[in-house]
Amino acid sequence: MDMQVNDAVGQTATAGHAIKMRGEKVSVHYGEKQALFDVDHIVHDREVTALIGPSGCGKSTYIRCLNRMNDTIPICRVSGRITLDETDVYDPSVDVVELRARVGMVFQKPNPFPKSIFENVAYGPRIHGIAAGKSELDEIVTTSLQKAGLWDEVKDRLDEPGTGLSGGQQQRLCIARAIAVSPEVILMDEPCSALDPIATAKVEELIDELRENYAIVIVTHSMQQAARVSQRTAFFHLGHLVEEGRTDHIFTNPHDQRTQDYITGRFG
Amino acid sequence: MTSVFLLVLVGLFIIAFIAGRMRAASVTGGNLHELHSRPTYHGGYLAIWTVIPAIVVLTLFSVLYPMIEDRIVLTRFADAVAQFNLPEREAFIRDARALAFGGIVSFTDETKLAAAELYKSMHMAGIVVLALALAALAAGGFYYGWTRIAPKMRARHVVERVIMVALIACSAVAILTTIGIVLSLIFESIRFFQKVPLFEFLFGLQWSPQTALRADQVASEGTFGAVPLFAGTALITFIAIAVAGPIGLFSAIYLSDYAAPKFRAVAKPMLEILAGVPTVVYGFFAALTVAPFFRGFGENIGLSVSSESALAAGVVMGIMIIPFVSSLSDDVINAVPQSLRDGSYAMGATKAETIRKVILPAALPGIVSALILAISRAVGETMIVVMAAGLAANLTINPLEAVTTVTVQIVTLLVGDQEFDSAKTLAAFALGLVLFVVTLALNIFAQRVVQRYREQYE
Ligand SMILES: Nc1ncnc2c1ncn2[C@@H]1O[C@H](COP(=O)(O)OP(=O)(O)OP(=O)(O)O)[C@@H](O)[C@H]1O
Ligand SMILES: [Mg+2]
Repeated sequence: MDMQVNDAVGQTATAGHAIKMRGEKVSVHYGEKQALFDVDHIVHDREVTALIGPSGCGKSTYIRCLNRMNDTIPICRVSGRITLDETDVYDPSVDVVELRARVGMVFQKPNPFPKSIFENVAYGPRIHGIAAGKSELDEIVTTSLQKAGLWDEVKDRLDEPGTGLSGGQQQRLCIARAIAVSPEVILMDEPCSALDPIATAKVEELIDELRENYAIVIVTHSMQQAARVSQRTAFFHLGHLVEEGRTDHIFTNPHDQRTQDYITGRFG
Repeated sequence: MTSVFLLVLVGLFIIAFIAGRMRAASVTGGNLHELHSRPTYHGGYLAIWTVIPAIVVLTLFSVLYPMIEDRIVLTRFADAVAQFNLPEREAFIRDARALAFGGIVSFTDETKLAAAELYKSMHMAGIVVLALALAALAAGGFYYGWTRIAPKMRARHVVERVIMVALIACSAVAILTTIGIVLSLIFESIRFFQKVPLFEFLFGLQWSPQTALRADQVASEGTFGAVPLFAGTALITFIAIAVAGPIGLFSAIYLSDYAAPKFRAVAKPMLEILAGVPTVVYGFFAALTVAPFFRGFGENIGLSVSSESALAAGVVMGIMIIPFVSSLSDDVINAVPQSLRDGSYAMGATKAETIRKVILPAALPGIVSALILAISRAVGETMIVVMAAGLAANLTINPLEAVTTVTVQIVTLLVGDQEFDSAKTLAAFALGLVLFVVTLALNIFAQRVVQRYREQYE
């Protein structure tokens, strides 16, 4: 039943939102090995962009370029241009700390810190000095948990460790943690792959709500999920961006044979 | 002689093993898959039957036969021995054996020579009997095993069972030895506490056992208040941890999160080499380099530093335990999942923030237990303190003075000729018991902490 609800919201795609991020001729090398080849891609504001493609095609590599998480991998080299609101994120003048506050990320496996639920959400505001005082911090934590749809479940036990929550709750805690610093873009790399269908449905619902305020990029292996939650879809294959467009077009009317093969389940 | 027999038995073991394997192959006519157990197990089965009974008999013989010999000699020479008391009787047997098999003889007489002759002949007879018995056992065992080998025979079960028994025996030896040591510590300590009240030992402020040197002296009892030793140990341990804690921890952080993999691959083993340096070498270093340095430095700035100071010993001991702290901390820091680091970086945290706010709190229990293990190592360390901290049982917290520790006092109490029932020597056991209890408690505590930490991630 949830799926049908989501199906319906997913289709209310709104064309013509502003461009939030743009990748131009993005290539990535891990040492000698090239993982991405001249990817041109656009992320629209207030839309969910899905990245799909067979395993190893470079989806994670691409999404990690958007907030420079690839910087933490010594052998990784990125070339090309990636802009956030027209500024190049790889420009030397850009502070990566600030960039990651604007472009948040949620990972495949829920990774709450071994701290209390409150401290997990307060982590970002604290390191960025966002909250002026205790009451403001409380406010941020509360609204973040509310936006992540977790508030009712945890409001009585904010002091308990975040690692004690269920997998689905942990993932929503990680989303709350990410939105606590008021990012503009949220990147999600297979956020539901470690969750059961009910927790997945909750996270999908949440993604759909978050679309009101953020640009969202989500990597997924589930074609149904891409169809349900996203307005735009990009199909990657062997490090190339094969096809990109409105989700309903990609799924009903793909131009490229490889896209068609993939979404009809012929490979991958 | 026993060793020759053992060698032969080892040879037989190998031969029986090979023979058993071949036998297993031949009873199936080459169809190895018809065997219940792999041929190797049949080889082991045959070898066990050939050798183990013989080894049991050999062991029993070498323990029991000397006793039987003594008994026979004593009855044969009952007339001569009758007027001896127990120590004289033992001396008689010792001398007779020495005459027969070589060794130092106190004095010789007619009877002893005769007894020695008897020993020699009994020894020869014993060897012949033993050789025959072993040969019979080995042959019988081999025959029995040989006839039992058949495709359906469950050789694997037998071999596995024997291996298990052997393993149990080995661990029993280890455990029983430990229990024995602890018991002897406890009993000797009880004897000590019959002479010196427990309360005086644990809370007395005066330590001067050396006055009890001569038993005939009036007022020869020393005073055994161990507080100065505990304080000295605590002081030196504290200095050592103050040195090793920060250096070890920070180098662990550098190695695990900042250093390039190549550098880490070289630096970590190098640090661990420090742990392999014999402590007596550290002692040299402390006594000949560090202590004079501190004294010279102190003189320059107008402080009086004694030539054997707690500071020198503590600092060198700290250097010694750096690898414990750094290596164990490095392991626990590395065990913090990469996903937590990623999560923190993705929030826009810097490396230092990530380490301070995520990694160290997550690794804290492991780091604490690393520190505790290092402390228990420092508490038990002897050589450095003997060489660098001195023997004076001063009750002080001034690190520039000479102090002494529990371990050092144990050494000095037991060095030289001692009566083994004077309060002075027994005090060593009491100190040893205290040391044992403290390090045991520290280790158990550290283990607990580590266990709790493990539960968090696995
Ligand atoms: N840290 C790394 N070092 C070296 N090569 C890497 C690294 N990370 C990814 N790669 C390589 O880059 C290519 C793309 O990997 P990537 O993780 O982006 O794929 P993906 O599309 O996310 O796959 P999946 O769906 O399985 O997550 C792969 O060939 C992979 O082997
Ligand atoms: Mg991936």
